[in-house]
Amino acid sequence: MALFKKKTPFVPSGVDTTANAAATPQKEQPYALLGLKDDEYNRIREILGRRPSSSELAMYSVMWSEHCSYKSSKIYLRQFGEKVTEDMKKHLMVGMGENAGVVDIGEGWAVTFKVESHNHPSYIEPFQGAATGVGGIVRDILTMGARPIAVMDQLRFGAPENPDTARVVHGVVDGISFYGNCLGLPNIGGETVFDKVYQGNPLVNALSVGALRHEDLKLAKASNPGDLVILFGARTGADGIGGVSVLASETFDSTGPSRRPAVQVGDPFAEKVLIECCLELYAAQVVAGIQDLGGAGISCATSELASNGGAGMRVQLQHVLKRDESLTPEEILMSESQERMMGVVPKKHLKAFEAIVNKWEVEYSVIGEVINEDRLYINWGEEEIVNVPPRTVAHDGPVYERPVAYPAYQDALNANNVHVAANGNGLHRQNHNSSELAAQVVQIISSPNQADKGWITDQYDRYVGGNTALAQPDDSGMVRVSETTGLGIAIATDANGRFCQLDPYQGAKLALAEAYRNVAVSGASPMAVTNCLNFGSPENPEVMWQFKQATAGLADGCLELGIPVTGGNVSFYNQTGDVAIHPTPVVGVLGVIDDVARRIPSGWQDAGHNIYLLGVTKDELDGSVWSEVVHGHLGGRPPVVDLAFEKQLAEAIAAASEQGLLASAHDLSEAGLAQAVAECTLRFGMGARIWLNEICERDGVDRTAALFSESTGRVLVSVGREDDVKFVGLCEARGIPVLRIGVTDNSGELEIQELATWNLADLGAAHKGTLAELFG
Amino acid sequence: MPKIIVEVMPKEVLLDPQGKAVANSLHRTGHKDITAVRIGKRIELHFDRPVTEADVAAAQKIGESFLSNAVIEDVVAVTVEDN
Repeated sequence: MALFKKKTPFVPSGVDTTANAAATPQKEQPYALLGLKDDEYNRIREILGRRPSSSELAMYSVMWSEHCSYKSSKIYLRQFGEKVTEDMKKHLMVGMGENAGVVDIGEGWAVTFKVESHNHPSYIEPFQGAATGVGGIVRDILTMGARPIAVMDQLRFGAPENPDTARVVHGVVDGISFYGNCLGLPNIGGETVFDKVYQGNPLVNALSVGALRHEDLKLAKASNPGDLVILFGARTGADGIGGVSVLASETFDSTGPSRRPAVQVGDPFAEKVLIECCLELYAAQVVAGIQDLGGAGISCATSELASNGGAGMRVQLQHVLKRDESLTPEEILMSESQERMMGVVPKKHLKAFEAIVNKWEVEYSVIGEVINEDRLYINWGEEEIVNVPPRTVAHDGPVYERPVAYPAYQDALNANNVHVAANGNGLHRQNHNSSELAAQVVQIISSPNQADKGWITDQYDRYVGGNTALAQPDDSGMVRVSETTGLGIAIATDANGRFCQLDPYQGAKLALAEAYRNVAVSGASPMAVTNCLNFGSPENPEVMWQFKQATAGLADGCLELGIPVTGGNVSFYNQTGDVAIHPTPVVGVLGVIDDVARRIPSGWQDAGHNIYLLGVTKDELDGSVWSEVVHGHLGGRPPVVDLAFEKQLAEAIAAASEQGLLASAHDLSEAGLAQAVAECTLRFGMGARIWLNEICERDGVDRTAALFSESTGRVLVSVGREDDVKFVGLCEARGIPVLRIGVTDNSGELEIQELATWNLADLGAAHKGTLAELFG
Repeated sequence: MPKIIVEVMPKEVLLDPQGKAVANSLHRTGHKDITAVRIGKRIELHFDRPVTEADVAAAQKIGESFLSNAVIEDVVAVTVEDN
C-alpha cells in the first residue's frame, strides 16, 4: 500500500503537528471549551510528555467526555459485572464492555440487544435526532455480527398540553418511523410517558435486537499487524461536530469554516445497504474486526479497535473520503456522520472485500494499517498529527468518584405519603361514591400516560419481516428468530421515574421487576438485562446519590433474579435549567421462548373464561398513577418489590403455559387492576364481569386500592373452564395467591359489580382517543 | 398576480440523502460530469395585489421561522415574480 509514499515536494499545510506541539509547549489550547478540566488536560500532557496537538486534543476531549468515557458512572457500573454468579454467566457469550452483550438462546442461535440514549440531539432537532438514534443502535447490533431484527423506543416527553411538546412528539415519532420503516425493521414496542420534568429535556432511548449464529460473532478489535483499516459506508461530513469548531477556528482564520452544526442527518437507505453489505462481508469471512462509527467517529473507532486488539494503528487521515473538502483534520476525527463502519481486513482478503462492497455500491477507502506497536499514529499527508497510546484515549480515561449527597428534599418527599397529604387528611378516596370512583377509572385510562399509544405505534411498522409475534399494546414485543423451529425472543422495557424519584434503589428494582414480569406473561423465560440510565448532572451530588442507589438496586435485583446485565448506556446532564429529570433508569429484559406459537396473548378472546388475579393487593398508592392523575400528588414510598416472589410467579406462568392452561395473561403495573382490566377487555373487544369484594376482603384493602394500587407481583390471567381445577391447583401448589375475580362474556360491556357498567365502544373511545386528540 | 418565491436548501455541510440518491442515479445513466446534486424546495406565496418591500421582508422572516428548519436548512433566496 502506498499510504505514506512521498509524491510531491513537502509543503507544510499549517495543521498543528506533533512536532509543532513538542516545539511550542506554551501554546494556549482551548481545552476548557472542549469540556476538559484543568487536571484532565494536565494528564494528557503527562501521558504524551508534551502538549497535545490540536488533533490529539480533539480526540482526548471527545473520548474523555462523559458520553464516551463513562467517567462518573464507571465505578458504579462495575457492580453489574461483579454481582453475578457463574450460573448467571452461563448463557452469556459477550458481556459488558463490547458494543452490545450477546446471549446464547440455544439451537446454535445467539441474540444481541442494547438500548442507547439520543436525548439531547432529539430536543434540538427531534426528527433527525430520533432517526439517527435508531440508526446508531442498529449499527451497534450489526457490529456484533448480527442481523438486526427489531427495534423499540423508550420515550419521555414534557407535559402534553405544553405547545413545545407537540413539536418534539411529532418530530421524534416521525423520525423513528421514517428510519425504522425505511430499514424494514419492525418496531415492537417501548414506552411513552409525559411529565413536565422532561419539558426541556425529552428522553429518546432506542433499543435494537439482532440475531446471529454462534460462529458469526464479531468483535471490535484490531490485533493482527499488517491488517488493513478500511473506512466504508457514507462519506465523512461536518455532522455533529458543533463543539470542535473552536479548534477549527484556531487552525483556520476567522473567515474559514464557521459554525458547524451539532446535528446529524441520517440516511436509512444507505444504512440498509450497509447492513446487507456487512452481513455479506461477515459471511465471506473477510473482516477480522469491525466497529461502527457513532459518537466520536473516527477518534473512537481507531482508538478502540487498537486498544481492544492490544495492537497499534497507523492512519493516513487524508485518505478518508469526505463530503466536504474544507474539513480540517480535527473535524474529520470528531465528525459523527452517520452510516459509516470501520473494518479490519487482512491484506489477502482485500480483493474479496472490494468485490463485496463494490457490489453493494458502498464507498470505501483504506485509511491505515494495524501495527505491532502500542501506538496510534495519524498522519495528515506527510505530517504526523497524532501519536498516542491508544488505550489512554479509549479505555484509560479519567474515572471519578463524584461526591454523593442524600437529597435535602428526600425525607420530606417520603414523609408526604397519600395518607397524610392534603393537610394531614390523606388524598381523598371516593370509596363510597360509586359514580365518582367509576369516573376516576375513565379519567385514569384516558389520561395521556395510560391512554392507548396506538396513535404513536400505528405510525411504526410492527409486522414487517413477518416474524413479529407480539407488539404494542402487548406487554412485551416478541419476534421469531428461527423460521424452522419457531424459537424466538421477547423484550420488555420499563422505567418509572416517579417511583425512582421517591426511592431510586427501589425504583430501579421496580423497573426490573416490571420488565421481567412483562416478559414472563408473554410466555418467554427472562434471560438477560440491558439498561439505559437517564439522570441529571453527575456534578450535582444529589443526582449522583440517585445514580448510586439506582445502579445498586438494579445490580442487586439482577442477582436476586439470577439474570445478568449484558450492557447498557448512561445518559447524564438531563435537566431543564438546573432542575434534573426524575431519575429514569430504563431497564430492558430479554426472554427466550422455544416456539413463538406458544406465546400467551395479553387480552381476552373467548367468552365464558374465568378471570383470576394472581398475587396480593396492598394499599400501595404512593407515587401511583391515581395519585398523579386524580390528585396531582407525588410523595411517600414506592411499592415493595419481592423479587423472589416475582421469580416464583414467572415460573408458575411458564408452567401453566406449558400445560396450555392460560388463555391470556397481563401484567398489573401502572394504574393497577383498573388499567389491566380495561386493556384486557379492549384488546380484542371481549366483555367481562368483574367483582372487587373478594379482593377487598381477602387483602384488607378498600375499593380505591383494589382498583388502583400498584402492588407488584400481580398478573391477571384468563382460563378456560375446563382447565380451572388444574390451574388453581398449580397456583396453590406453587404458593401463588390466586383469586377468581370475574368471567368474560359476549355482552359487549365491562361491568365492575357495584361500581359501573361501560359499553366497550365508549370505553375504547375514551382509552384510544386521547393521543390523537392531543397531537393528531 | 405577483408571488414571492422562497427557496430553501439543506445546509451545505449536512448530508442531503435525496440529492445523493439522485446523483447516484444520474451517474448510472451516464451523466458522469455532474459531481453532486443537492435538492431543496421552492415555496410560492401568492398575492392578489402588488407586492411591497414589507411583504418581502415578511416572507424572509416566514421563510426562516416557519417554512424552513433553521437547524438543518437555510433560506437561500427570496425573490418576487410578476406575471
